[in-house]
Amino acid sequence: MSAVLDNFDVFVSGFWLTLQLCLLSAIGALLVGTVMAIFRISPVPPLRAVGTSYVTVFRNIPLTIVFFFAAFGLPALGSNANFLRIPGLDQLFTRLGIDLPYFRFAIIALSLYTGAFVCEALRSGINAVPAGQAEAARAIGLTFTQNLRYVVLPQAWKAAIVPLGSVIIAMIKNSALAGFFGVIGDLSNSGYSLITVQGEPTIPIMIGISVGFLIMTVPLGILLDRVEKRRAVAR
Amino acid sequence: MRTTRWVAVFGAMALALSAAACGGDDGGDEGGSGSSNFAAGSTMARLNEAQKIRVGTKFDQPGFGLKGLSGKPEGFDVEIAKLVAQALDIPEDKIEYTETPSTVREQVIQQDKVDIVVATYTINDKRKQVIDFAGPYYIAGQSILVKTDNSDITGPESFKDGTKKVCSVTNSTPASNIEQYLGDKAKQLVLFDIYQKCIDALKGGQVDAVTTDNVILSGFISTNEGQFKLAGQPFTEEPYGIGLKKGDTAFKNFINDTLEKAFQDGTYEKVWKETAGKFDTSQLKTPTIDRS
Repeated sequence: MSAVLDNFDVFVSGFWLTLQLCLLSAIGALLVGTVMAIFRISPVPPLRAVGTSYVTVFRNIPLTIVFFFAAFGLPALGSNANFLRIPGLDQLFTRLGIDLPYFRFAIIALSLYTGAFVCEALRSGINAVPAGQAEAARAIGLTFTQNLRYVVLPQAWKAAIVPLGSVIIAMIKNSALAGFFGVIGDLSNSGYSLITVQGEPTIPIMIGISVGFLIMTVPLGILLDRVEKRRAVAR
Repeated sequence: MRTTRWVAVFGAMALALSAAACGGDDGGDEGGSGSSNFAAGSTMARLNEAQKIRVGTKFDQPGFGLKGLSGKPEGFDVEIAKLVAQALDIPEDKIEYTETPSTVREQVIQQDKVDIVVATYTINDKRKQVIDFAGPYYIAGQSILVKTDNSDITGPESFKDGTKKVCSVTNSTPASNIEQYLGDKAKQLVLFDIYQKCIDALKGGQVDAVTTDNVILSGFISTNEGQFKLAGQPFTEEPYGIGLKKGDTAFKNFINDTLEKAFQDGTYEKVWKETAGKFDTSQLKTPTIDRS
């Protein structure tokens, strides 16, 4: 295990970068997924079509391809994803603001891909809300937006939180792909280079990488379990 | 029955060809195969007797060994192999080329599938344990590829300012070499699994430069005509040698003599300018043969 302890700083900085990537991508995925879920249940047919085709496309193509389009398709279209250089946020997450666009591309790829799964998880939650709730809300004169905002979504979140958690955990593990598309120094890739460049033994380093991911995913799983228990009490 | 007929046809063709080859040789200086005086039992005598040499080279490296529409590999490595064949009195068309990608080069020599390997083959101690090297016949080095209109980058030192961005391949030696010149790795370095992705990033303007061996970079200059150039001189040294069977010192010395002769009479520079030198216009350094 000394191989991990000797290179502890590499693991810490890799962990930190992967955590940043996952946090930002999770926010992006939840935003995209929520919007798409609303599209899919909206009363306007064109919006429904947009939501459905979004899910069909992004849920059914491999993440590697999504990454590829983000990292090489966007530049071909002349975009360096500069809209993600959000003032203030780029002070906290320094990679957002730098010239090299690959961290931003990775966030876009992960958000778009995971967004499709978030959308479906949310929709399953929305479907779990008894139809009477939405009908009652409409009956007292709430608009579609108010209906979602005050009646449907708060209940849907509760039913969706467990599948959403699984989706986010899957996304954290998927984030390891970012290292193959130009992001330097994430957890798994800095681990690999310890093996290939510095000749560190493979197994301890791989265990180190796994522990890094477990530190992110296990607490999230525990949190979800607790939320689920609280929800059961609330009922 | 059909098979037998084909075999017969091919047999006849082979006979006719070899007869023609003999006829051609008769016109030569001494007459017959085995025209020159090589020490009996040596590899040179054997190859000269057989009038055939098997050469391992790359088929996908522009400028050094690239098999194009002509069906024969072309490039600097191929020209070097031709020099060796010429010194053995073997005509060019009797050279038998085998594709040897980087991973199989030691194997094909050890398994006696080729007589020599000329395939952008860097001499190092690990390889010397299993095979022998003649040469070096060329000193490659890590260099920097930029767009033709770029004048900011003049060498690895240009990256110390911490703003210019450079691309290389994941976990490669060039990547760790350039790292020490960078002001801020997170802001300046991009690594991909293959060089083509770096080239795409360079074209798209996401990075300012691509770095690896000048040989590979020259290849990209040749396939993207007029778009890229090399910035400055190579800043590492990778001696390229000719791989041959371990322990065949007589053959090794023979190739070394042949190379030295080519260095001196200008053939070396001539073939360089006709092949890889078309894309890499930096000053060609004539290497010193390592006789140890």
